[in-house]
Amino acid sequence: MTLRPKPEPVQVVKQRRDNALRRLVEGVPYIGFLGIQFDRRGDELTAMLPFREDLIGNPLLPALHGGATAAFLEVAAIIELSWSTLWEDMESGTLDPGSVDAAHMPPLPKTIDFTVDYLRSGLPRDAYARARVNRSGRRYASVHVEAWQDNRSRLFAQATGHFLMPPRHG
Amino acid sequence: MTDRLTQARQFIEAIPHSRALGMTFESLRDGVAVLSMPYDPRFVGDPATGVIHGGAVSALMDTASGAAVISHPAMPGVTATLDLRIDYMRPATPGQRIRARAECYHMTRSVAFVRVTATDEDESRPVASATGAFTVDRPAEGAKS
Repeated sequence: MTLRPKPEPVQVVKQRRDNALRRLVEGVPYIGFLGIQFDRRGDELTAMLPFREDLIGNPLLPALHGGATAAFLEVAAIIELSWSTLWEDMESGTLDPGSVDAAHMPPLPKTIDFTVDYLRSGLPRDAYARARVNRSGRRYASVHVEAWQDNRSRLFAQATGHFLMPPRHG
Repeated sequence: MTDRLTQARQFIEAIPHSRALGMTFESLRDGVAVLSMPYDPRFVGDPATGVIHGGAVSALMDTASGAAVISHPAMPGVTATLDLRIDYMRPATPGQRIRARAECYHMTRSVAFVRVTATDEDESRPVASATGAFTVDRPAEGAKS
C-alpha cells in the first residue's frame, strides 16, 4: 500500500481558488463598471449582473440595453475561458497561484467575433449567465454563453464567440 | 432637422446606459446614425494594454444601430435588437475616442437590417464591424400618433 500525501485542508484550497478568481475579475475595470460579479461552485462559474437603472436601454418598457446584455455575455465568456485555463494550470501545479497578482495576470484571450441572439427583452431585474467552452485549442477557442433572469430555463439572450488565445508558458 | 429626427435623437440621448457610457451624437439623418464615445479608464477590458472592452464597443454599435433604425423614414415605431454579430478587427488605440457609423440598409414590415462600423482616430482601419437584425414594432392599436 502506498502512502498518499495528506490532502490540503478545504479552506486552503477554497481560498486559493477564490483569490485567483478575484484577481482575474478585479483586474478588469469594465467588469467593475458594469457591476458584474462571479459565483464559484468548484470550477463552475455563474456571472451575475445586479440590476441598476443605468443598464436600461429602453426606458418605456423598461428593458435592459442590448449593449449591456452583449457586454455581460462577453465578460462571462472571457472570464470562463481564462478561468478554465487558470484552473487547469493551478490544479496541475504549472502555475503558482501566489504569483497571480495584479501585475502578473495571465494575458486575457482576445475576442475575434461575438454573435448575440436576443430571445426576449431583458427585464429590470438581476441577470445571470453561464458560459461553456466548446473548443479550446492552442490558438483559437469557441465559447457559448446563456443568460437568464428569473427562470433558468427561460433564456433572455445567448451568444457564441471565437477568441484568440494568449501564447502559453513563454 | 425634421421633428421625426429630433424625436429619435432625444429618445436615444435619454437612454440611461448610453448616457452612462458618455455616448453623443455626431450626426443623424434618414437611416444613418453616427455616435461616439470617449476613452475612459473605467471602460478598459484588458488592464495589461489599457484597451477598451469589446463590450463597450458593442454597446456603442448597438446604440448607433438602434438610432439608425428609428431614424429610418419607413420606421413606424420603436425597435429592439434581435441579433447582433460583431467582428473585432483590432484593439482600439487607448486614449482615443471611438465612433460608430450605423446604416439601416433595408427594412421590411417586421425586420430592420443594419450594418455598423466602429473606428478610432485612424478611420482607415476599422476597430470593429457588426451586422444586426432589429424588430420593427408598430405602436399598439389606439396609441397611434
